[in-house]
Amino acid sequence: MSAETPDVLVVGAGPAGLAAADAARRAGARVVLLDAAGDAGGQYWRHLPASRPAAAERVLHHGWDRFAALRGQEVLTDAQVWLAERHDDRPPTLHVLVGPADGSDRVRRTFAPTTLVLATGAYERTLPFPGWDLPGVFTAGAAQALAKAERIAVGRRVVVAGAGPFLLPVAASLVRTGAQVLGVLEANGWRRLARAWSARPAELLSTRHKAGELAGYVRDLARHRIPYRTGTAVVAAHGTDRVTSVTVARLDADWAPVMGSERRVPADAVCVSHGFVPRTELAVSAGCRLTRDGGVRTDENGLTSVPGVYAAGEITGIGGADLALAEGVVAGLAAAAAADPAGGGISAGQRRDRTVNQRFAARLEAAHGIRPGWVGWLADDTVICRCEEVTAGDLRAGAAATGSRGLRSLKLSTRAGLGVCQGRVCGRTVEDLLNRHTGGLLDAGRTETRPLAAFVRLGELAAGADKEEPA
Amino acid sequence: MNPRQDPVRPGPASPITVIVDGSAVRGLAGQTVAGVLLAAGRLAWRTTRSGRPRGVFCGIGVCHDCLVTVNGLADVRACQRRAADGDTVSTEDEA
Ligand SMILES: Cc1cc2nc3c(=O)[nH]c(=O)nc-3n(C[C@H](O)[C@H](O)[C@H](O)COP(=O)(O)OP(=O)(O)OC[C@H]3O[C@@H](n4cnc5c(N)ncnc54)[C@H](O)[C@@H]3O)c2cc1C
Repeated sequence: MSAETPDVLVVGAGPAGLAAADAARRAGARVVLLDAAGDAGGQYWRHLPASRPAAAERVLHHGWDRFAALRGQEVLTDAQVWLAERHDDRPPTLHVLVGPADGSDRVRRTFAPTTLVLATGAYERTLPFPGWDLPGVFTAGAAQALAKAERIAVGRRVVVAGAGPFLLPVAASLVRTGAQVLGVLEANGWRRLARAWSARPAELLSTRHKAGELAGYVRDLARHRIPYRTGTAVVAAHGTDRVTSVTVARLDADWAPVMGSERRVPADAVCVSHGFVPRTELAVSAGCRLTRDGGVRTDENGLTSVPGVYAAGEITGIGGADLALAEGVVAGLAAAAAADPAGGGISAGQRRDRTVNQRFAARLEAAHGIRPGWVGWLADDTVICRCEEVTAGDLRAGAAATGSRGLRSLKLSTRAGLGVCQGRVCGRTVEDLLNRHTGGLLDAGRTETRPLAAFVRLGELAAGADKEEPA
Repeated sequence: MNPRQDPVRPGPASPITVIVDGSAVRGLAGQTVAGVLLAAGRLAWRTTRSGRPRGVFCGIGVCHDCLVTVNGLADVRACQRRAADGDTVSTEDEA
Protein backbone atom coordinates (compact mmCIF):
# COMPACT_ATOMS: atom_id res chain seq x y z
CA MET A 1 0.00 0.00 0.00
CA SER A 2 1.41 3.38 -0.86
CA ALA A 3 1.99 5.64 2.11
CA GLU A 4 1.39 9.37 2.32
CA THR A 5 4.53 11.30 3.13
CA PRO A 6 3.95 14.60 4.95
CA ASP A 7 6.93 16.47 6.41
CA VAL A 8 5.33 16.32 9.85
CA LEU A 9 2.54 14.05 11.06
CA VAL A 10 0.89 15.07 14.33
CA VAL A 11 -1.22 12.50 16.21
CA GLY A 12 -3.76 14.04 18.59
CA ALA A 13 -5.58 17.35 18.13
CA GLY A 14 -5.75 18.41 21.77
CA PRO A 15 -3.93 21.53 22.97
CA ALA A 16 -0.47 19.98 22.40
CA GLY A 17 -1.15 18.58 18.92
CA LEU A 18 -3.00 21.68 17.72
CA ALA A 19 -0.13 23.91 18.87
CA ALA A 20 2.50 21.59 17.35
CA ALA A 21 0.77 21.38 13.97
CA ASP A 22 0.17 25.13 13.89
CA ALA A 23 3.80 25.92 14.73
CA ALA A 24 5.10 23.43 12.14
CA ARG A 25 2.81 24.85 9.45
CA ARG A 26 3.97 28.39 10.22
CA ALA A 27 7.53 27.17 9.80
CA GLY A 28 6.58 26.06 6.28
CA ALA A 29 6.21 22.32 6.79
CA ARG A 30 3.61 20.16 5.04
CA VAL A 31 1.63 18.87 8.02
CA VAL A 32 -1.07 16.28 8.59
CA LEU A 33 -2.87 16.56 11.94
CA LEU A 34 -5.21 13.75 12.89
CA ASP A 35 -7.35 12.66 15.82
CA ALA A 36 -9.51 9.65 16.66
CA ALA A 37 -12.28 11.91 17.95
CA GLY A 38 -14.98 13.48 15.79
CA ASP A 39 -13.79 17.02 16.59
CA ALA A 40 -10.56 18.84 17.33
CA GLY A 41 -9.90 20.17 20.84
CA GLY A 42 -8.80 17.10 22.80
CA GLN A 43 -10.00 16.69 26.35
CA TYR A 44 -9.55 20.31 27.32
CA TRP A 45 -11.50 22.00 24.55
CA ARG A 46 -14.22 19.41 24.12
CA HIS A 47 -17.33 21.18 22.87
CA LEU A 48 -20.75 20.72 21.28
CA PRO A 49 -20.57 19.25 17.75
CA ALA A 50 -20.83 21.32 14.58
CA SER A 51 -24.39 20.03 14.13
CA ARG A 52 -25.36 21.91 17.30
CA PRO A 53 -22.99 24.87 17.66
CA ALA A 54 -23.24 26.85 20.91
CA ALA A 55 -23.51 30.62 20.99
CA ALA A 56 -21.69 30.89 24.33
CA GLU A 57 -19.32 27.92 24.29
CA ARG A 58 -16.69 29.90 26.20
CA VAL A 59 -18.84 29.72 29.37
CA LEU A 60 -17.37 26.23 29.90
CA HIS A 61 -13.82 26.97 28.75
CA HIS A 62 -10.59 28.75 29.43
CA GLY A 63 -8.45 29.95 26.56
CA TRP A 64 -11.29 29.59 24.06
CA ASP A 65 -9.79 32.37 21.90
CA ARG A 66 -6.58 30.40 21.58
CA PHE A 67 -8.60 27.40 20.47
CA ALA A 68 -10.61 29.49 18.04
CA ALA A 69 -7.33 30.55 16.42
CA LEU A 70 -5.86 27.03 16.36
CA ARG A 71 -8.93 25.15 15.16
CA GLY A 72 -8.89 26.88 11.77
CA GLN A 73 -6.25 24.46 10.52
CA GLU A 74 -7.11 21.27 8.67
CA VAL A 75 -7.69 18.30 10.97
CA LEU A 76 -8.35 14.73 9.88
CA THR A 77 -10.97 13.62 12.43
CA ASP A 78 -12.41 10.15 13.16
CA ALA A 79 -8.92 8.89 12.37
CA GLN A 80 -7.69 6.16 14.70
CA VAL A 81 -4.02 5.25 14.60
CA TRP A 82 -3.95 1.56 15.35
CA LEU A 83 -0.45 0.43 14.46
CA ALA A 84 3.07 1.83 14.41
CA GLU A 85 5.41 -0.13 12.17
CA ARG A 86 8.94 0.49 13.40
CA HIS A 87 12.03 1.34 11.37
CA ASP A 88 15.54 1.68 12.73
CA ASP A 89 16.56 5.07 11.42
CA ARG A 90 13.36 7.04 10.94
CA PRO A 91 9.88 7.45 12.40
CA PRO A 92 7.51 4.51 12.21
CA THR A 93 4.94 4.10 9.48
CA LEU A 94 1.52 4.72 11.02
CA HIS A 95 -1.58 2.80 10.01
CA VAL A 96 -4.83 4.69 10.38
CA LEU A 97 -8.52 3.78 10.10
CA VAL A 98 -10.81 6.67 9.16
CA GLY A 99 -14.55 6.49 9.83
CA PRO A 100 -17.16 6.07 12.59
CA ALA A 101 -15.65 4.83 15.88
CA ASP A 102 -15.36 1.04 16.04
CA GLY A 103 -17.02 0.75 12.64
CA SER A 104 -16.47 -2.16 10.29
CA ASP A 105 -15.74 -0.51 6.98
CA ARG A 106 -13.46 2.41 7.67
CA VAL A 107 -10.99 3.71 5.13
CA ARG A 108 -7.38 2.64 5.61
CA ARG A 109 -4.64 5.22 5.28
CA THR A 110 -0.92 4.90 5.84
CA PHE A 111 1.55 7.65 6.71
CA ALA A 112 5.33 7.57 6.44
CA PRO A 113 6.18 11.08 7.68
CA THR A 114 9.64 12.62 7.76
CA THR A 115 9.05 13.52 11.40
CA LEU A 116 6.29 12.53 13.79
CA VAL A 117 4.81 14.38 16.78
CA LEU A 118 2.89 12.24 19.26
CA ALA A 119 0.35 14.22 21.30
CA THR A 120 -2.04 11.53 22.50
CA GLY A 121 -2.67 13.09 25.92
CA ALA A 122 -3.68 11.23 29.04
CA TYR A 123 -6.55 9.36 30.60
CA GLU A 124 -7.75 9.32 34.16
CA ARG A 125 -6.48 7.35 37.08
CA THR A 126 -9.33 6.34 39.36
CA LEU A 127 -8.62 4.46 42.58
CA PRO A 128 -11.09 1.66 43.30
CA PHE A 129 -13.45 1.73 46.29
CA PRO A 130 -16.36 -0.51 47.31
CA GLY A 131 -19.21 0.07 44.86
CA TRP A 132 -17.16 1.97 42.24
CA ASP A 133 -18.42 -0.46 39.60
CA LEU A 134 -22.06 0.58 40.17
CA PRO A 135 -23.79 2.57 37.41
CA GLY A 136 -23.80 6.19 38.55
CA VAL A 137 -20.10 6.15 39.43
CA PHE A 138 -18.25 8.00 36.68
CA THR A 139 -14.76 9.28 36.23
CA ALA A 140 -14.72 13.04 36.65
CA GLY A 141 -13.55 13.21 33.03
CA ALA A 142 -16.66 11.35 31.85
CA ALA A 143 -18.85 13.90 33.64
CA GLN A 144 -16.82 16.67 32.04
CA ALA A 145 -17.00 15.14 28.57
CA LEU A 146 -20.76 14.57 28.74
CA ALA A 147 -21.34 18.08 30.05
CA LYS A 148 -19.15 19.78 27.46
CA ALA A 149 -19.93 17.74 24.35
CA GLU A 150 -23.54 16.74 24.99
CA ARG A 151 -24.88 19.08 27.69
CA ILE A 152 -25.83 16.06 29.78
CA ALA A 153 -25.43 16.08 33.57
CA VAL A 154 -24.51 12.64 34.87
CA GLY A 155 -26.88 13.01 37.83
CA ARG A 156 -29.14 15.35 39.76
CA ARG A 157 -27.39 15.20 43.13
CA VAL A 158 -23.71 14.69 42.45
CA VAL A 159 -20.62 14.28 44.63
CA VAL A 160 -17.25 15.15 43.05
CA ALA A 161 -14.31 13.48 44.77
CA GLY A 162 -10.67 12.52 44.42
CA ALA A 163 -7.55 14.65 44.21
CA GLY A 164 -6.29 17.55 42.17
CA PRO A 165 -7.42 20.86 40.73
CA PHE A 166 -9.31 19.06 37.94
CA LEU A 167 -12.19 18.46 40.38
CA LEU A 168 -12.93 22.21 40.28
CA PRO A 169 -13.73 22.66 36.55
CA VAL A 170 -15.76 19.44 36.69
CA ALA A 171 -17.93 20.87 39.48
CA ALA A 172 -18.25 24.15 37.54
CA SER A 173 -19.43 22.31 34.40
CA LEU A 174 -21.87 20.14 36.33
CA VAL A 175 -23.51 23.19 37.89
CA ARG A 176 -23.81 24.79 34.45
CA THR A 177 -25.44 21.62 33.14
CA GLY A 178 -28.19 21.69 35.72
CA ALA A 179 -26.83 19.33 38.38
CA GLN A 180 -26.70 20.04 42.08
CA VAL A 181 -23.14 19.48 43.29
CA LEU A 182 -23.28 18.33 46.90
CA GLY A 183 -19.60 18.87 47.51
CA VAL A 184 -16.10 18.70 46.10
CA LEU A 185 -13.97 16.37 48.22
CA GLU A 186 -10.18 16.64 47.96
CA ALA A 187 -8.26 13.77 49.54
CA ASN A 188 -5.32 15.92 50.59
CA GLY A 189 -5.43 18.03 53.72
CA TRP A 190 -4.88 21.79 53.85
CA ARG A 191 -1.42 21.31 55.29
CA ARG A 192 -0.08 19.49 52.21
CA LEU A 193 -1.95 21.72 49.79
CA ALA A 194 -0.74 24.89 51.47
CA ARG A 195 2.86 23.68 51.63
CA ALA A 196 2.96 22.82 47.93
CA TRP A 197 1.02 25.83 46.66
CA SER A 198 2.73 28.46 48.82
CA ALA A 199 6.31 27.31 48.19
CA ARG A 200 8.39 29.60 45.92
CA PRO A 201 5.69 32.24 45.36
CA ALA A 202 7.83 34.09 42.81
CA GLU A 203 7.69 31.05 40.56
CA LEU A 204 3.90 30.94 40.78
CA LEU A 205 3.76 34.51 39.52
CA SER A 206 4.97 33.47 36.10
CA THR A 207 2.06 31.05 35.84
CA ARG A 208 -0.36 33.49 37.45
CA HIS A 209 -2.79 33.03 34.61
CA LYS A 210 -3.10 29.36 35.65
CA ALA A 211 -3.30 30.26 39.35
CA GLY A 212 -5.98 32.79 38.47
CA GLU A 213 -7.97 30.11 36.65
CA LEU A 214 -7.95 28.02 39.84
CA ALA A 215 -8.86 30.95 42.07
CA GLY A 216 -11.78 31.65 39.74
CA TYR A 217 -13.08 28.13 40.26
CA VAL A 218 -12.80 28.46 44.04
CA ARG A 219 -14.88 31.65 43.91
CA ASP A 220 -17.33 29.84 41.67
CA LEU A 221 -17.82 27.09 44.28
CA ALA A 222 -18.49 29.72 46.94
CA ARG A 223 -20.99 31.51 44.71
CA HIS A 224 -22.91 28.29 44.19
CA ARG A 225 -22.55 27.35 47.89
CA ILE A 226 -20.74 24.14 47.04
CA PRO A 227 -18.64 22.96 49.98
CA TYR A 228 -14.97 22.21 49.20
CA ARG A 229 -13.71 19.71 51.79
CA THR A 230 -10.08 18.77 52.12
CA GLY A 231 -8.78 15.58 53.74
CA THR A 232 -12.03 13.89 52.72
CA ALA A 233 -13.00 11.12 50.29
CA VAL A 234 -15.84 8.99 49.02
CA VAL A 235 -14.85 5.59 50.48
CA ALA A 236 -17.88 3.60 49.26
CA ALA A 237 -20.84 3.86 46.90
CA HIS A 238 -24.09 2.06 47.72
CA GLY A 239 -27.08 0.77 45.77
CA THR A 240 -28.20 -2.41 44.05
CA ASP A 241 -28.44 -1.52 40.37
CA ARG A 242 -27.27 2.06 40.64
CA VAL A 243 -25.79 4.49 43.12
CA THR A 244 -28.27 5.79 45.68
CA SER A 245 -25.84 6.99 48.37
CA VAL A 246 -22.15 7.25 49.19
CA THR A 247 -20.07 6.99 52.34
CA VAL A 248 -17.85 9.99 52.93
CA ALA A 249 -14.96 9.77 55.40
CA ARG A 250 -12.14 11.94 56.64
CA LEU A 251 -8.62 10.91 55.61
CA ASP A 252 -5.33 11.30 57.44
CA ALA A 253 -2.29 12.83 55.75
CA ASP A 254 -1.54 9.47 54.09
CA TRP A 255 -5.09 9.12 52.79
CA ALA A 256 -6.02 6.40 55.30
CA PRO A 257 -9.69 6.74 56.28
CA VAL A 258 -10.19 7.95 59.86
CA MET A 259 -12.25 5.39 61.78
CA GLY A 260 -15.58 6.70 63.01
CA SER A 261 -15.62 9.67 60.64
CA GLU A 262 -17.86 7.99 58.04
CA ARG A 263 -21.21 9.44 57.10
CA ARG A 264 -23.80 8.43 54.52
CA VAL A 265 -24.84 10.98 51.89
CA PRO A 266 -27.75 10.34 49.49
CA ALA A 267 -26.59 10.98 45.90
CA ASP A 268 -27.42 9.64 42.45
CA ALA A 269 -23.98 10.13 40.92
CA VAL A 270 -20.34 10.26 41.98
CA CYS A 271 -17.54 11.66 39.82
CA VAL A 272 -14.08 10.51 40.80
CA SER A 273 -10.57 11.40 39.67
CA HIS A 274 -7.23 10.75 41.36
CA GLY A 275 -5.00 12.09 38.63
CA PHE A 276 -4.03 11.21 35.08
CA VAL A 277 -1.90 8.62 33.30
CA PRO A 278 -0.03 9.47 30.08
CA ARG A 279 -1.51 7.68 27.08
CA THR A 280 1.66 6.06 25.80
CA GLU A 281 0.63 2.91 23.92
CA LEU A 282 1.38 4.40 20.52
CA ALA A 283 4.70 5.86 21.70
CA VAL A 284 5.69 2.53 23.23
CA SER A 285 4.88 0.67 20.05
CA ALA A 286 6.93 3.28 18.17
CA GLY A 287 9.84 2.32 20.44
CA CYS A 288 9.96 5.48 22.60
CA ARG A 289 11.49 5.15 26.06
CA LEU A 290 9.50 6.20 29.09
CA THR A 291 10.43 8.10 32.25
CA ARG A 292 10.04 6.57 35.72
CA ASP A 293 6.67 8.30 36.02
CA GLY A 294 5.43 6.54 32.91
CA GLY A 295 5.49 9.51 30.51
CA VAL A 296 7.42 9.57 27.23
CA ARG A 297 11.00 10.72 27.79
CA THR A 298 11.93 13.78 25.72
CA ASP A 299 14.78 16.27 25.48
CA GLU A 300 14.32 20.04 25.62
CA ASN A 301 13.04 20.03 22.02
CA GLY A 302 10.48 17.32 22.69
CA LEU A 303 12.58 14.72 20.82
CA THR A 304 12.01 11.17 22.09
CA SER A 305 14.55 8.33 22.12
CA VAL A 306 13.50 7.43 18.54
CA PRO A 307 15.04 9.51 15.71
CA GLY A 308 12.50 11.86 14.16
CA VAL A 309 9.81 11.15 16.76
CA TYR A 310 8.74 14.03 19.03
CA ALA A 311 6.22 14.06 21.88
CA ALA A 312 4.30 16.93 23.48
CA GLY A 313 1.58 17.42 26.05
CA GLU A 314 0.39 15.05 28.72
CA ILE A 315 1.85 12.02 26.92
CA THR A 316 5.15 13.25 28.39
CA GLY A 317 3.82 13.83 31.91
CA ILE A 318 0.82 15.43 33.56
CA GLY A 319 0.91 19.22 33.60
CA GLY A 320 -2.31 20.67 32.26
CA ALA A 321 -3.28 22.43 29.06
CA ASP A 322 -0.91 25.42 29.31
CA LEU A 323 2.11 23.15 29.47
CA ALA A 324 0.67 21.03 26.66
CA LEU A 325 0.40 24.15 24.48
CA ALA A 326 3.93 25.29 25.32
CA GLU A 327 5.39 21.84 24.65
CA GLY A 328 3.40 21.60 21.44
CA VAL A 329 4.90 24.81 20.06
CA VAL A 330 8.45 23.69 20.79
CA ALA A 331 7.98 20.14 19.48
CA GLY A 332 6.19 21.38 16.35
CA LEU A 333 8.98 23.81 15.52
CA ALA A 334 11.67 21.23 16.24
CA ALA A 335 9.90 18.61 14.12
CA ALA A 336 9.51 21.08 11.25
CA ALA A 337 13.17 22.08 11.48
CA ALA A 338 14.29 18.45 11.51
CA ALA A 339 12.17 17.73 8.44
CA ASP A 340 13.48 20.81 6.64
CA PRO A 341 16.53 22.47 8.24
CA ALA A 342 15.94 25.64 6.17
CA GLY A 343 12.99 26.57 8.40
CA GLY A 344 13.05 28.78 11.51
CA GLY A 345 14.18 27.98 15.04
CA ILE A 346 12.74 28.02 18.53
CA SER A 347 12.81 31.33 20.38
CA ALA A 348 14.03 31.81 23.95
CA GLY A 349 10.55 32.89 24.98
CA GLN A 350 9.00 29.72 23.60
CA ARG A 351 11.50 27.64 25.55
CA ARG A 352 10.92 29.63 28.75
CA ASP A 353 7.17 29.15 28.45
CA ARG A 354 7.76 25.41 28.44
CA THR A 355 10.08 25.43 31.49
CA VAL A 356 7.87 27.69 33.59
CA ASN A 357 4.86 25.47 33.01
CA GLN A 358 6.87 22.34 33.82
CA ARG A 359 7.55 23.72 37.30
CA PHE A 360 3.83 24.24 37.73
CA ALA A 361 3.34 20.55 36.95
CA ALA A 362 5.84 19.54 39.64
CA ARG A 363 3.86 21.62 42.12
CA LEU A 364 0.67 19.80 41.14
CA GLU A 365 2.23 16.43 41.88
CA ALA A 366 3.60 17.67 45.22
CA ALA A 367 0.17 18.92 46.26
CA HIS A 368 -2.11 16.23 44.93
CA GLY A 369 -0.18 12.99 44.21
CA ILE A 370 -1.68 9.70 45.43
CA ARG A 371 -0.73 8.63 49.00
CA PRO A 372 -0.55 4.96 50.04
CA GLY A 373 -3.17 4.97 52.84
CA TRP A 374 -6.05 4.70 50.36
CA VAL A 375 -5.89 0.88 50.45
CA GLY A 376 -7.52 1.27 53.89
CA TRP A 377 -10.89 1.81 52.23
CA LEU A 378 -10.75 -1.42 50.19
CA ALA A 379 -12.78 -4.45 51.27
CA ASP A 380 -11.92 -8.01 50.22
CA ASP A 381 -14.81 -8.08 47.75
CA THR A 382 -13.99 -4.68 46.20
CA VAL A 383 -13.56 -5.07 42.44
CA ILE A 384 -10.09 -3.93 41.32
CA CYS A 385 -10.07 -5.02 37.67
CA ARG A 386 -13.43 -3.95 36.28
CA CYS A 387 -13.17 -5.98 33.05
CA GLU A 388 -12.34 -9.35 34.59
CA GLU A 389 -14.05 -8.57 37.92
CA VAL A 390 -10.99 -9.48 39.97
CA THR A 391 -11.35 -8.39 43.61
CA ALA A 392 -8.85 -7.10 46.15
CA GLY A 393 -9.19 -10.45 47.95
CA ASP A 394 -8.45 -12.37 44.71
CA LEU A 395 -5.24 -10.41 44.26
CA ARG A 396 -4.07 -11.02 47.82
CA ALA A 397 -4.98 -14.72 47.64
CA GLY A 398 -3.29 -15.05 44.25
CA ALA A 399 -0.05 -13.64 45.56
CA ALA A 400 -0.17 -15.80 48.70
CA ALA A 401 -1.07 -19.02 46.89
CA THR A 402 1.60 -18.87 44.20
CA GLY A 403 4.34 -17.21 46.23
CA SER A 404 5.26 -15.56 42.95
CA ARG A 405 6.82 -12.12 42.85
CA GLY A 406 6.39 -11.74 39.10
CA LEU A 407 3.91 -9.15 37.87
CA ARG A 408 3.42 -10.94 34.58
CA SER A 409 2.80 -14.34 36.11
CA LEU A 410 0.50 -12.93 38.82
CA LYS A 411 -1.53 -11.11 36.21
CA LEU A 412 -1.85 -14.32 34.23
CA SER A 413 -2.94 -16.34 37.26
CA THR A 414 -5.39 -13.75 38.64
CA ARG A 415 -6.50 -12.32 35.23
CA ALA A 416 -6.23 -8.81 36.69
CA GLY A 417 -5.51 -6.24 34.01
CA LEU A 418 -6.01 -8.72 31.16
CA GLY A 419 -9.52 -7.68 30.12
CA VAL A 420 -10.75 -5.71 27.17
CA CYS A 421 -9.40 -2.36 28.42
CA GLN A 422 -5.97 -4.00 28.59
CA GLY A 423 -5.30 -2.73 32.08
CA ARG A 424 -5.67 0.93 31.19
CA VAL A 425 -8.07 1.47 34.08
CA CYS A 426 -6.56 -0.78 36.76
CA GLY A 427 -2.97 -1.41 35.60
CA ARG A 428 -1.18 0.88 38.01
CA THR A 429 -3.47 -0.08 40.90
CA VAL A 430 -2.92 -3.80 40.31
CA GLU A 431 0.80 -3.20 40.25
CA ASP A 432 0.70 -1.15 43.47
CA LEU A 433 -1.36 -3.75 45.30
CA LEU A 434 0.74 -6.71 44.13
CA ASN A 435 3.87 -4.83 45.05
CA ARG A 436 2.60 -4.72 48.64
CA HIS A 437 1.36 -8.30 48.75
CA THR A 438 4.60 -9.75 47.38
CA GLY A 439 6.93 -7.50 49.34
CA GLY A 440 8.21 -6.10 46.06
CA LEU A 441 7.64 -7.25 42.48
CA LEU A 442 10.68 -8.50 40.57
CA ASP A 443 9.47 -7.18 37.23
CA ALA A 444 7.86 -3.99 38.50
CA GLY A 445 7.61 -1.33 35.87
CA ARG A 446 4.78 0.13 34.03
CA THR A 447 2.25 -2.11 32.44
CA GLU A 448 2.17 0.08 29.35
CA THR A 449 3.61 -2.37 26.85
CA ARG A 450 0.59 -3.17 24.76
CA PRO A 451 1.27 -4.06 21.16
CA LEU A 452 -1.73 -2.39 19.51
CA ALA A 453 -2.39 1.29 19.92
CA ALA A 454 -6.11 0.66 19.60
CA PHE A 455 -8.76 -1.97 19.47
CA VAL A 456 -9.32 -3.10 15.85
CA ARG A 457 -11.45 -5.68 14.10
CA LEU A 458 -9.50 -8.32 12.28
CA GLY A 459 -12.29 -8.63 9.72
CA GLU A 460 -11.96 -4.95 8.94
CA LEU A 461 -8.26 -5.33 8.27
CA ALA A 462 -8.76 -8.33 6.05
CA ALA A 463 -11.51 -6.61 4.08
CA GLY A 464 -9.77 -3.25 4.12
CA ALA A 465 -7.33 -3.98 1.32
CA ASP A 466 -9.77 -2.78 -1.33
CA LYS A 467 -10.81 0.26 0.73
CA GLU A 468 -7.54 2.09 0.68
CA GLU A 469 -7.65 5.73 -0.11
CA PRO A 470 -5.59 6.46 -3.22
CA ALA A 471 -2.61 8.45 -1.96
CA MET B 1 -30.25 20.16 29.98
CA ASN B 2 -33.16 22.29 28.83
CA PRO B 3 -31.69 24.37 25.96
CA ARG B 4 -33.71 27.42 26.96
CA GLN B 5 -31.99 27.60 30.35
CA ASP B 6 -28.59 26.51 29.08
CA PRO B 7 -25.90 29.16 29.69
CA VAL B 8 -23.93 27.74 26.74
CA ARG B 9 -26.88 28.58 24.44
CA PRO B 10 -26.72 25.60 22.06
CA GLY B 11 -28.07 26.14 18.57
CA PRO B 12 -31.10 24.27 17.29
CA ALA B 13 -30.41 20.56 16.86
CA SER B 14 -31.97 18.20 14.37
CA PRO B 15 -33.77 15.32 16.04
CA ILE B 16 -32.77 11.75 15.24
CA THR B 17 -34.42 8.46 16.10
CA VAL B 18 -32.46 5.42 17.19
CA ILE B 19 -33.99 1.99 17.71
CA VAL B 20 -32.79 0.68 21.06
CA ASP B 21 -33.68 -2.97 21.74
CA GLY B 22 -36.68 -2.59 19.47
CA SER B 23 -38.03 0.71 20.82
CA ALA B 24 -37.68 4.11 19.22
CA VAL B 25 -35.56 6.55 21.26
CA ARG B 26 -35.25 10.21 20.33
CA GLY B 27 -31.90 11.91 20.30
CA LEU B 28 -30.11 14.87 18.75
CA ALA B 29 -27.78 14.82 15.77
CA GLY B 30 -24.18 14.88 16.99
CA GLN B 31 -24.86 12.99 20.22
CA THR B 32 -23.02 9.79 20.97
CA VAL B 33 -24.94 6.56 21.44
CA ALA B 34 -24.13 6.86 25.17
CA GLY B 35 -25.48 10.41 25.17
CA VAL B 36 -28.74 9.29 23.57
CA LEU B 37 -29.13 6.49 26.13
CA LEU B 38 -28.29 8.69 29.13
CA ALA B 39 -30.57 11.48 27.94
CA ALA B 40 -33.35 8.90 27.65
CA GLY B 41 -32.83 8.02 31.31
CA ARG B 42 -30.85 4.80 30.89
CA LEU B 43 -27.84 4.63 33.19
CA ALA B 44 -26.79 1.02 32.53
CA TRP B 45 -27.05 -1.20 29.46
CA ARG B 46 -24.45 -3.89 29.63
CA THR B 47 -24.19 -6.88 31.95
CA THR B 48 -20.86 -8.30 33.07
CA ARG B 49 -20.12 -12.02 33.12
CA SER B 50 -21.13 -12.12 36.78
CA GLY B 51 -24.39 -10.32 36.01
CA ARG B 52 -23.54 -6.80 37.20
CA PRO B 53 -24.95 -3.79 35.33
CA ARG B 54 -22.62 -1.33 33.59
CA GLY B 55 -22.96 1.87 31.59
CA VAL B 56 -20.59 4.79 31.04
CA PHE B 57 -17.56 4.96 33.29
CA CYS B 58 -14.59 6.74 31.67
CA GLY B 59 -16.49 8.53 28.91
CA ILE B 60 -13.44 8.76 26.64
CA GLY B 61 -13.21 5.32 25.07
CA VAL B 62 -10.68 3.79 27.43
CA CYS B 63 -12.61 1.48 29.80
CA HIS B 64 -14.91 -0.39 27.35
CA ASP B 65 -17.65 -0.58 30.01
CA CYS B 66 -20.25 0.96 27.68
CA LEU B 67 -20.05 -1.51 24.77
CA VAL B 68 -23.16 -1.94 22.62
CA THR B 69 -24.09 -3.57 19.31
CA VAL B 70 -24.77 -1.03 16.54
CA ASN B 71 -26.45 -2.13 13.31
CA GLY B 72 -25.51 -5.71 14.08
CA LEU B 73 -21.87 -4.96 14.81
CA ALA B 74 -20.86 -5.89 18.37
CA ASP B 75 -18.34 -4.20 20.68
CA VAL B 76 -18.92 -0.59 19.73
CA ARG B 77 -17.99 1.92 22.45
CA ALA B 78 -21.20 3.86 23.00
CA CYS B 79 -19.31 6.89 24.34
CA GLN B 80 -17.21 7.20 21.18
CA ARG B 81 -19.73 6.38 18.46
CA ARG B 82 -21.89 9.21 17.18
CA ALA B 83 -25.47 8.08 16.76
CA ALA B 84 -26.92 8.30 13.26
CA ASP B 85 -30.59 8.62 12.45
CA GLY B 86 -32.06 5.11 12.09
CA ASP B 87 -29.24 3.29 13.87
CA THR B 88 -30.28 0.05 15.53
CA VAL B 89 -28.70 -0.33 18.94
CA SER B 90 -28.86 -3.56 20.82
CA THR B 91 -27.76 -3.78 24.42
CA GLU B 92 -28.44 -7.46 24.96
CA ASP B 93 -25.31 -9.51 24.59
CA GLU B 94 -25.49 -11.62 21.48
CA ALA B 95 -24.21 -15.11 22.10
C1 LIG C 1 -11.72 13.05 30.15
C2 LIG C 1 -10.79 14.19 30.45
C3 LIG C 1 -11.30 15.48 30.59
C4 LIG C 1 -10.45 16.56 30.88
N1 LIG C 1 -11.00 17.81 31.03
C5 LIG C 1 -10.20 18.84 31.44
C6 LIG C 1 -10.76 20.13 31.73
O1 LIG C 1 -11.96 20.33 31.58
N2 LIG C 1 -9.94 21.09 32.20
C7 LIG C 1 -8.60 20.87 32.39
O2 LIG C 1 -7.90 21.78 32.83
N3 LIG C 1 -8.04 19.68 32.09
C8 LIG C 1 -8.81 18.66 31.65
N4 LIG C 1 -8.26 17.42 31.41
C9 LIG C 1 -6.82 17.27 31.51
C10 LIG C 1 -6.26 17.27 30.07
O3 LIG C 1 -5.66 16.02 29.87
C11 LIG C 1 -5.27 18.40 29.72
O4 LIG C 1 -5.59 19.60 30.30
C12 LIG C 1 -5.12 18.64 28.21
O5 LIG C 1 -6.26 18.31 27.48
C13 LIG C 1 -3.92 17.88 27.73
O6 LIG C 1 -3.69 18.20 26.39
P1 LIG C 1 -3.00 17.19 25.38
O7 LIG C 1 -2.96 17.89 24.09
O8 LIG C 1 -1.73 16.70 25.95
O9 LIG C 1 -3.95 15.89 25.31
P2 LIG C 1 -5.52 15.70 24.99
O10 LIG C 1 -6.28 16.93 25.13
O11 LIG C 1 -5.91 14.51 25.79
O12 LIG C 1 -5.54 15.30 23.45
C14 LIG C 1 -5.06 14.06 22.99
C15 LIG C 1 -5.79 13.69 21.72
O13 LIG C 1 -5.15 12.56 21.11
C16 LIG C 1 -6.11 11.74 20.52
N5 LIG C 1 -5.59 10.38 20.41
C17 LIG C 1 -5.11 9.59 21.41
N6 LIG C 1 -4.70 8.41 20.92
C18 LIG C 1 -4.95 8.43 19.58
C19 LIG C 1 -4.76 7.50 18.53
N7 LIG C 1 -4.24 6.28 18.74
N8 LIG C 1 -5.13 7.86 17.27
C20 LIG C 1 -5.67 9.08 17.04
N9 LIG C 1 -5.87 10.01 18.00
C21 LIG C 1 -5.51 9.69 19.26
C22 LIG C 1 -7.30 11.84 21.45
O14 LIG C 1 -8.51 11.56 20.76
C23 LIG C 1 -7.23 13.28 21.96
O15 LIG C 1 -8.10 14.15 21.26
C24 LIG C 1 -9.07 16.33 31.07
C25 LIG C 1 -8.56 15.03 30.90
C26 LIG C 1 -9.39 13.97 30.61
C27 LIG C 1 -8.81 12.59 30.48
